Amino acid sequence: MTTHHNAAFVRTEDAPLMEAPSSQIGPRAWLWKNIFASMADYATPGKAVISLLMTVITIFTGYALIWMIWTVLDFALFSATFFDPEGLKRDACLDEAGACWPYVKAKWYQFMYGFYPPEEVWRVNVCMGMLAIGIAWLVFPLPHRGKVALFMLFAYPVIAFVLLNGMPIEHEGDIGQIVSGVWFPLILAGIAFAGWWLARSDRYGDVVNAMAPALLMAAIVLGIFAGLPLVTMALDLALGTEVVETNKWGGLTITLVVAIFGIVISLPVGMLLALGRQSNAPIIRYSSIIFIEVVRGIPLISVLFFASAMLPYFLEPGVDFNKLLRAMIGVVLFASAYMAEVIRGGLQAIPKGQYEGGMSLGLSFWQQMRLIIMPQALTTVIPGIVNTFIGLFKDTTLVLIISIFDLLGILSATLKDPEWSTPTTAYTGYLVIALIYWIFCFSMSRYSVYMENKLDRSHR
Amino acid sequence: MSEQATARKELAVSDEVAIDIRGMNKWYGTFHVLRDINLTVYQGERIVICGPSGSGKSTLIRCINALEEHQKGSIEVDGTKLTNDLKNIDKIRSEVGMCFQHFNLFPHLTILENCTLAPIWVRKEPKKQAIETAMHFLEKVKIPDQAKKYPGQLSGGQQQRVAIARSLCMKPRVMLFDEPTSALDPEMIKEVLDTMIELAEEGMTMLCVTHEMGFARQVANRVIFMDQGQIVEQNEPEAFFNNPQSDRTKLFLSQILGH
Repeated sequence: MTTHHNAAFVRTEDAPLMEAPSSQIGPRAWLWKNIFASMADYATPGKAVISLLMTVITIFTGYALIWMIWTVLDFALFSATFFDPEGLKRDACLDEAGACWPYVKAKWYQFMYGFYPPEEVWRVNVCMGMLAIGIAWLVFPLPHRGKVALFMLFAYPVIAFVLLNGMPIEHEGDIGQIVSGVWFPLILAGIAFAGWWLARSDRYGDVVNAMAPALLMAAIVLGIFAGLPLVTMALDLALGTEVVETNKWGGLTITLVVAIFGIVISLPVGMLLALGRQSNAPIIRYSSIIFIEVVRGIPLISVLFFASAMLPYFLEPGVDFNKLLRAMIGVVLFASAYMAEVIRGGLQAIPKGQYEGGMSLGLSFWQQMRLIIMPQALTTVIPGIVNTFIGLFKDTTLVLIISIFDLLGILSATLKDPEWSTPTTAYTGYLVIALIYWIFCFSMSRYSVYMENKLDRSHR
Repeated sequence: MSEQATARKELAVSDEVAIDIRGMNKWYGTFHVLRDINLTVYQGERIVICGPSGSGKSTLIRCINALEEHQKGSIEVDGTKLTNDLKNIDKIRSEVGMCFQHFNLFPHLTILENCTLAPIWVRKEPKKQAIETAMHFLEKVKIPDQAKKYPGQLSGGQQQRVAIARSLCMKPRVMLFDEPTSALDPEMIKEVLDTMIELAEEGMTMLCVTHEMGFARQVANRVIFMDQGQIVEQNEPEAFFNNPQSDRTKLFLSQILGH
């Protein structure tokens, strides 16, 4: 037995850096690690049993996967009818056991727009186009996000309503009269605006700078004075006066209207309810708790039924408000209650020190909430928030029971069309609708993952 | 420690009262956590508060900026009386800076944003000016190059120095330190203490709850010993450490200096 090991050691050269062996990288390594490794251990009887079991499970799952993919592909593509050149409608699809795509083509307009008059449908398209651009702008961070967000939150809903619903606008006089009436205030407004533009920089001294707000005010007042007749005229020329009642809206349009209204309103309302539930003031706390618990305890369907069927009994005869609006309010109430609980979870994850840090700097309660607590709480619960959004998006299908024809409702309606009645029509329709819902929900899910990674500052 | 003691500078203390605490009592439910606290702090004083855990020292300084409520007695900061009036509380908080054991930086904001947040929102400073001030103080605590990083990317010592800079950006009249080095690894304690010493030498009024007795010897002009919610003994550091009067102080000092 040695009593003394020589422990001294000095490295004179760095050990060489080497590439990972092929058992660690490449497709073979991947297949081995992820599929075959679990089936290859027969060292003891116990491990052999597990390996055999894994083999059976792998083969079964693989078979089920291939079988499912094949079935769907066969239905949607290989056995499907794609064209109906002779306009045979249902007869074109009767021969094949697969999907009836001419039916989707024929009903696509209704899937998208419901019963919206075709000659006015450009209004929906413009509206949805603006929405797509606005969302894309905010999702892929482009410059001026703040301004775009404000526009989408406050101006866009008005524009969307005017576009979708239409607004009867009457203006007096023809173009010539209007222009000759407004050119003078318009020029004054321009001058005031230019003055503000120059005065707001620091270049011309404090006195000029102090005049900037007054100039801006003047420009705005003059602008409104001159602009209103022009705007109403432009709107009238652009939009016409035709009102499209909400009962003609339908399909994806109405799904998006209800869902986006719900998403945009339920988040802030949920935030307020979550804060209310934690408030020290009993009246605020208890009214928040009661609202949340009552709404969470009732099925959405019953609220929608109540809004649609019962409400007229309680209102004065003749007093009525829009059915779609009622449904939207119902959906918002629901989503808000769930949202409040999700956000409360986030609030509870914020350490007390964050509040104290904010307090010790003299920030007011609302400043602490807005600048410190909420940004962190919301980031923590992004998965829960998006989960609620996805649930809300799919819950919009329930408006179907109060005869609002959303995407799913319009599908059911078109399925009743005898001209397209074939054994596979319904399958085809549901497949398409499912795919549309899935695309929207999966996009939200991916965006949530992206946001989580982007906002995660704890591990950087 | 003797080296530090020789480096001690004599610092001026003014006659102006910064904090005046009279007959203050506080309860947690039925538990009497602070008992009959009387303490007058003059502008420019550096006070170290020590004592066993649970003695109420943290609670005491947290009462000064109303993070904790007191039930009896009065606290005056810079002539502003601490009452339930939210205006007074906000005013006092913006005049009194505080550093915490766990830093309490805002993890979702960069170092620079942490420092400019309160000046912009509470003091309504223009952003440009707030950034200039913040960079000035970050340079002072020797981490201006970390300004664009997030707190999670910094070491504990760096984070605590950022927390000090963040408080200084509000140009406070008084700084409170609540065990600022207790959560730090040993090699990082010195960088934080050096920052605090520098601050003291510039004449900042400071109240520090700490177990760093070397720091107390070097910069404190008064050491306060608390036990069971009361101020048991206070004295100038030399006399406090070399000639403690109360048995409880002697026991405490033997426990923390004994090894």
